[in-house]
Amino acid sequence: MIAHAIVFYIFSLIAIVSAIMVTVSRNTVHSVFFLILDFISISCLFIMIGAEFLGMIMLIVYVGAVAVLFLFVVMMLNVAQQKNEWFVASDSSSHIPIGLLVSLVIFSELLIVIGGWKYKAELQESINLNLNLNLTNTQSLGYVIYTDYVHLFQLSGMVLLVAMIGAIVLTFRKRSGVKTQSYLRQISRERNEGVELIDVETKKGIKIDA
Amino acid sequence: MLSIGLGHYLTLAAIIFTIGVVGIFLNRKNVIVILMSIELILLSVNINLVSFSIFINDLSGQVFTLFILTVAAAEAAIGLAIIVIYYRNSGTIRVEEIDSLKG
Repeated sequence: MIAHAIVFYIFSLIAIVSAIMVTVSRNTVHSVFFLILDFISISCLFIMIGAEFLGMIMLIVYVGAVAVLFLFVVMMLNVAQQKNEWFVASDSSSHIPIGLLVSLVIFSELLIVIGGWKYKAELQESINLNLNLNLTNTQSLGYVIYTDYVHLFQLSGMVLLVAMIGAIVLTFRKRSGVKTQSYLRQISRERNEGVELIDVETKKGIKIDA
Repeated sequence: MLSIGLGHYLTLAAIIFTIGVVGIFLNRKNVIVILMSIELILLSVNINLVSFSIFINDLSGQVFTLFILTVAAAEAAIGLAIIVIYYRNSGTIRVEEIDSLKG
């Protein structure tokens, strides 16, 4: 129990500090690095709490895909030199106190909600267990995903497809002066455009204009 | 204090959520950092769902975390694509210079 507590506090401290560093650090590349650290420590928490599949998926999806995508874009746009400043003395810094106030109110509201939930202890018993303890987390998730939630699962694949097509369409750039195949012209070619039958007389030959 | 319960995880999620919101409110320079703050917010929602799902022994929360993960990946891809074409068209992605909707 004590080991569990120590590990929880260490990982959550790392997660909170790196989340702060994501928003505070002046270099955007450093922000991405701290984002990766945040994802990794949260996925360690997930694995520790018993959701191994989601922890691993989080490593694959967030660290392997999303964070690398962020890093890629940061490097490509060359905004690493462009400093990320917080408290700039400009005209736009006037909503810093309001922003801090609103986020303080949000945080205290969340804390009030969490504290209020603790009093409703009967929720623990009111929900019947659909977990089979002989199965691993991954196995039981698979039983649920492919039966009860199969339509939502397919729809989430659709979301990914739309996102992929959208990203390609958004960043596609038609360049002029590049020789490419025109599939439409290639397919719609007819026989009489390409081949011509010529009667060649004997011993005369024919002149082909190249 | 030493036995870690649901409240601990929810508090962690609340802290990370607030950090993400503060990052969106107070960032004045970089759109990419705002996108990263949105990722932090989605992450905190995932912590909430997973910890509830574990502590009340119901798998639906983890299934929905999977869907949120999908949506977060799609959102990051689209958002970064929009940032790339904005940078290509206007040469800057600084927040204070993106004001073409000001009128």
